[in-house]
Parts: sequence; C-alpha cells; structure tokens
Amino acid sequence: MSSHQRISMSRPSPGEAGRTGDWRSSRPVMQAELCLAVKADTATCQLCWAYCPDACFAKGVPPAIELEYCKGCGICAQECPSGAIVMVPEREHGVCEMPEDPSGDLAEGGAR
Amino acid sequence: MSVRVMTGNDAAATAVKLARTQVIAAYPITPQSPVVESLSTWVESGELPAEFVAVESEHSALSVCIGASTVGARAFTATSANGLAYMTEQVWWAAGARLPIVMCVANRAMAAPWSVLNDQQDSMSVRDAGWVQLYCRDNQEILDTTVQAFHIAEELNAPVMVCYDGFLLSHTMMPVDVPDAGTVDGFLPPRTAPLQIVDTADPRNVGPVTLADPRPDADGVLQPGYMEFRAMHHAALLEALDAVPAADRAWAGITGRSSGGLLSEYLLDDADTVLVAAGSLVTQLTLVADGLRAEGVRAGVLGIRCYRPFPAEALRDRLAGRSLAVVFDKALSYGYQGPICEDLKAALYDGGDSPAVHGVVCGLGGRDVTPVQLASAVREARADLEAGMRDRAPHWIGLVEGSMR
Amino acid sequence: MTRVTELPDAEHLLSGNRACAGCGIGTGLRAITKALDGRMVLVNPASCLTVLGGMYPISSLDVPWVNVAFPSTAASAAGVRAGLRALGRDGEMTVLAMAGDGGTADIGIQALSGAAERNDDFIYVCYDNEAYMNTGTQRSGSTPAGARTTTTMAGKRENPKDVPAIMEAHGVPYVASTSAAFPTDVYDKVVRAREMSGLRYIHMNTPCPSGWSFDPKDSISIGKLAVDAGVVVLYEIVDGVFRLTGRSKSLAKAGLQVPVAEYVAGQGRFKTLGEAELAGVQRWVEERWSAYVARDAAGQR
Repeated sequence: MSSHQRISMSRPSPGEAGRTGDWRSSRPVMQAELCLAVKADTATCQLCWAYCPDACFAKGVPPAIELEYCKGCGICAQECPSGAIVMVPEREHGVCEMPEDPSGDLAEGGAR
Repeated sequence: MSVRVMTGNDAAATAVKLARTQVIAAYPITPQSPVVESLSTWVESGELPAEFVAVESEHSALSVCIGASTVGARAFTATSANGLAYMTEQVWWAAGARLPIVMCVANRAMAAPWSVLNDQQDSMSVRDAGWVQLYCRDNQEILDTTVQAFHIAEELNAPVMVCYDGFLLSHTMMPVDVPDAGTVDGFLPPRTAPLQIVDTADPRNVGPVTLADPRPDADGVLQPGYMEFRAMHHAALLEALDAVPAADRAWAGITGRSSGGLLSEYLLDDADTVLVAAGSLVTQLTLVADGLRAEGVRAGVLGIRCYRPFPAEALRDRLAGRSLAVVFDKALSYGYQGPICEDLKAALYDGGDSPAVHGVVCGLGGRDVTPVQLASAVREARADLEAGMRDRAPHWIGLVEGSMR
Repeated sequence: MTRVTELPDAEHLLSGNRACAGCGIGTGLRAITKALDGRMVLVNPASCLTVLGGMYPISSLDVPWVNVAFPSTAASAAGVRAGLRALGRDGEMTVLAMAGDGGTADIGIQALSGAAERNDDFIYVCYDNEAYMNTGTQRSGSTPAGARTTTTMAGKRENPKDVPAIMEAHGVPYVASTSAAFPTDVYDKVVRAREMSGLRYIHMNTPCPSGWSFDPKDSISIGKLAVDAGVVVLYEIVDGVFRLTGRSKSLAKAGLQVPVAEYVAGQGRFKTLGEAELAGVQRWVEERWSAYVARDAAGQR
C-alpha cells in the first residue's frame, strides 16, 4: 500500500469562514413583546428562522438569535411581519471589541 | 485458460470483464469503439454484472467514472485522440482526486486535419496529468496490462492509462491467452475502501477549494495545502516504479507471462546501439535489431512499457556504457522533439557513460513504418554519431519532400 | 403545503460559512437539505455554492459533498448514482446535483441533457442567480434582458433561456420552478422529487445582493417581488401535468400584483434599462404568464 494516501477532504464545522459575526455592522435585536409567537404564546410565524440564510436563529417563542455568526444581512428585520426585529448599529451596543491599536491612530473611538 | 484469436480491443474488453469492473461509461470513437460495444453487449446480456452508462460525450464518460469511483466502485472507460483531448479536464481531475480509474487509449492521431489512424500524440499529450501510463506491444499485453492496471491503480490510488496502437493492435487479430475468472480473482481482489468518504454518518466534503498553504482544521491541527497534496500525488506516482514491476511479477507468477515491468528488452545485454520506443513499434524493432545484427551491428531493443512515471533510473542503468540510443517517437512536441526522446535525454543528462541520443519521428497520422525504413534510420543515426554528432534535430522517417513544395 | 412552522428543525447548513451576507443560496439550501433530512450526497461544480461550502479542511455543510468539474455536474451525479447502485448502496442517500445557472444553462447543459435523456436517477437543482456571480457577475444564458453585468455593461439584450422548458422537452418525470424566497415551496418540491425516481429538475431563482446590486436585507423581498411581477413563476410539472404552486397559484386568480418596473426598480443591475426595453420585458413576462395560467387551468381538467 502506498504511503502517500491523503486527499483534500473536509470535515464539517461551524465557523469555516471564522467568526462571521465580525462582518456585521448592525445586529438584529428582538423586541420580544412585538413577536407574533410571543403574542400567541406558541411557536407560530418563525419566518425569521426560515429565511435566515445563515441558520442563525433557533425556532422558539421568540426565536433566538445566534450572534456569533450572524452576518447582519438584516433579512430577519426586513421580513418580520410585526416589526419585532430591528437592526441596531454595533457601535450603539458599546460591545465592539476595538482592534489592538499600537499606533494610537484608532484612539478617540476609532472614528476613521 | 484458453487461447482465443482476438483483436486488441477485444483483449481490452475481455480484461475489463475479468476484472469485474462495476461501472463502465464510454463514448464511441474510432478506433476504440469496439471496446464499448463489447462491454455494453455483455452488460445487456447479464454476462457482466455492471452499470453501463451510455454517455453523450467523452467528458461525461470520464465524469461518470469519477463519480462512481468516488463512492468506491471499480470504473473503466476507453477513448482515442480527440475523445481524450475532449476529456482532458477530467483526466486531470481523476488524477488529482486520486481515483483508481482505468482507461484504455487506442492511440490515434490528433486532428486537425482529420485522421483516424495511429500515432501516439493523444496519450503523450496528457503525460503530465498524473496518471500511470503503460504502453502495450501486442494484444496479449493489452489483456495482461489492463488487468494489472486495476491492481496498480487501486494500490496507489492513482488512475492508470493503458495505451495501445489504434488499428495496428486495436483491430488486428492475434492469439491471446485468456485466463479464467478464478485466476484473475486471485490476482485482483474487490476494491477495498476508497480514500474518499461518502457516508451520511461521517459527512465529508471531497475535493473542496484548497489553499496554497497548509491550514488548521477545526481542532487546530495543521492540514496540507495544495502543494502538499500535489507532492503526495507525485510521491504516489513515483511508487509506481515499484508497483508496476511488482504487479507484472505477480501476474507472471500466476500466468507465466511477463510484459517486462517498466521496460522490455530484446538482445540488450551486449548491445552497443539501442533502439528505444513504446507500443507496437517495439515488436517491430526486434525484427530491425535482428537485421542489423546480421549486418554486424550490435543492436538491441529497449521498450518503454511504463512511460509515466518515467523509469529514468532503470533507463540510465540499462543504457550505461552503450554508444547510441535511437529513439522512435510516434508523437512530437511541436517546435522541439519527440516526447520519449526529450525525456530520455533529460534522464541521461550528465551521465558519464551515457550514450548519445538521436531522435526519430515516425508514423504520424498512421504513416506506415517498415523495418527497412527503421533500419535505415538506425544506420543514419550511427553515421551521424561517427561524424561526431552527439545531438541533432529529430529525423523524420518517410517524408516525401517533393509533395510539400 | 407545508407551513413555515412545520419545516424540520434539523439544520445541515452550518453557520459561519463563507457565503455573502444575504445570499439566497443559504435560505434555499437550508430548505433543500431539510427536505432530504440530510440523507443525501451533494454533487457540486465550481460555483458560489463551492465558496459557501468552504475551504479545506473545513466544510460548512454536514452532509456528504463531492466537488466536480464545471461542465460535468449531471454526468458526475449519474456516476455517483451508478457507483452506489453497483455497490448495493442505492438506498443510502439521494443524489442531489446542485449547480448555478452558468453551470446549468451554459457549460453544464450537454451533460444535463444527456442525463435527462437517459433519465438518470438524481435530483438536479439549478440555483439561478442569473449570472456568473462567483467570477464577478458576467452574463450567463440565464441573465435576464436589460440586466447589467460585467460583460453586458449596457444591459443584456437577450431574454434568458427557459431551462425548465428545455428539461420538460426531455420528458423527465419532474420539472419544477421555485424561488429561494419561498422556502416552503422549495421544501415541498424537493420532498415531492425525493419520492420519485429518474431525473428530477428543480430550477430555483436565487436573489444575489452583490450581483443584482441591492441591500442584502432585501434578498427575500426582491425574490417575492419577482414572483408577484410574474418574472419568476412557481410551478411544477409532474409526469407532464403542469400546475402552478404557492404564491403563483394565488396570482392566477388575483392577477399579477406588480409591474416589472417595480421589480427592477430596487436593483442596481437594471439601472441602464430604458423605457422601451422595459416595455419589451413586460410584454415577455405577460405572454409567458398567460401561457402558464392557461396550462395550469388545462392541467386541472
């Protein structure tokens, strides 16, 4: 048997492209009181879950958003029939991690 | 075992049946077509329990084999000339994907202009694609080599191309010793687990985009990049330098017949002038060597059975101390020289006791090559060497200069 | 018809993949893999889907996936099926070939036609994002008239090939047209196809934010608008019997809801579309729509 028996063949894992949540400039925020499922107290609607191209929702009351990989496309907010999801700029969350800034160029809030 | 009189194409098809091939896909092209006609007939009649996919092109023929081989089936196709050129993308794919597909090539000249007759330009043109390439001297070797090809391919996880001259062998009847099924089964067990994993319980993505550099997997373990995979492919192909003769020896142990392993030899031991070629020309050159010997020339024949990987070391070894190698190519790298000739020169480069190498181009587009012409080409080469010429442009056999004016 | 809430929970598309934000393929592929319950092997040529699938050694889909050469999708899928059958593994999985519109309507059509004529046993999904998006938005045989691509900077002059009609002409047992903006329509069609054998062809319109030039949030709304305008029609042809499905079925009674002008307005690729050309596209849409509605009525008998 040949000793050179390797081929290019991947195994599945989330995050192949890294933490794609970092692509996002705005994040979806669920206002649970407006969610149809919450209002009906049953897992109705679930459109945000069905439409999300990145499988970043879990079905539920209300559907839960996984922000680690959410790319911030905004489809969920756009399609939500009750306006329960809004896209909020990341900056307003104040949780953006600033990159290391040895030069100081990004000081003063990184307003470049 | 029984001796049957059959064409080269019949010998190839019979070997494919004996190998219990599971998936066959092919598209008609002269002079290969009788191979697939026979195989489809046997599949239809139930004589060969295989899947036969009657595709709409050669590209699809090899694509079907690639798909089938990926999930673990033993797969075969056959083609010639423009058919091989049309499937070239997949020739590379099959090799890079490390699929043990066997393909017979009934060697035919490339268009344009059209010619259905023999030369070896077609398979020579894909020598770099990463297949093992074996050339056959006669119909017995076509059967023996095709069976061995599956063994070699599945050992190395690399595809093997079995090349034989169109019409000269493909359509010429010769007696062929046909082994019984049990003999072949003993030599060629069913294909074991492929490298490729296609299993819903262990999902994998086979052949994805692969970066130039190694990249860590999800557990942080560094995995190969494109170059590392190519290096492993190259190493596997070099292992064919052992695997090809080993398969030939094992086959000889069962059937008593050897095709020579990497090289075939005739009157070589004391030869001073060595005639080098691949395919049916090698058989013809044995007559030429006999004739030259009668003239007092110590001529011998070295046949290239395994052209890829190129048996450079074996050639250096067998040619050391000779004065002259005359290489007969039925192909040409336009603007340079014959492919076997250029490869041999590279193999012998800087060898202190290497012979001079003189190239001869012959038989393009099915032009007849006679022993008289071949002998004359050897005499010319010897005269050139005696005149101090250690290198020269290739000579063409039989060109009618007057017709080109 | 399956409701959104009835779609299976199991996910086979993994988050954190390499697809662009808002890419319609993700939404469509989730519905497709749910319909096959992961018991499938994906046969995929060079395309945006390849990018989504990720680079070695990590895959973004937890089902078997075989990469194949661009023109070879249908032949490779036929080979996978033949290999599985030869090995007695036929029942293990559905073979799902999935290629883009260039890989289907253009470079892959010969192999697809051959497989259709042989009625090879697999499902073929063409995700139609209406140009060569993976290579930077060059025109394909499926690019609509008027659309600007990097090889039709003044807008494409020709209408797209009707690939489902080409497939229907081959007499395959199942042909469907669907849209990634309607995941339940996609799901139901793949379920229907899964239960049949032979070559089953599904054409899935797939909005592309970067290539069509719209905000990623509008991927679904533009896909829906295409159906409301009659540019994309949801239908299936089962053993030769045509019927409209889902939203298009409703529109057959209600009439088309929006003019093509409204559909194209939100997309940068139609910026150069003049009034005369727009009128031509509108006529083309209406003629096709009338024919579909008539066929639907006739199909019901």
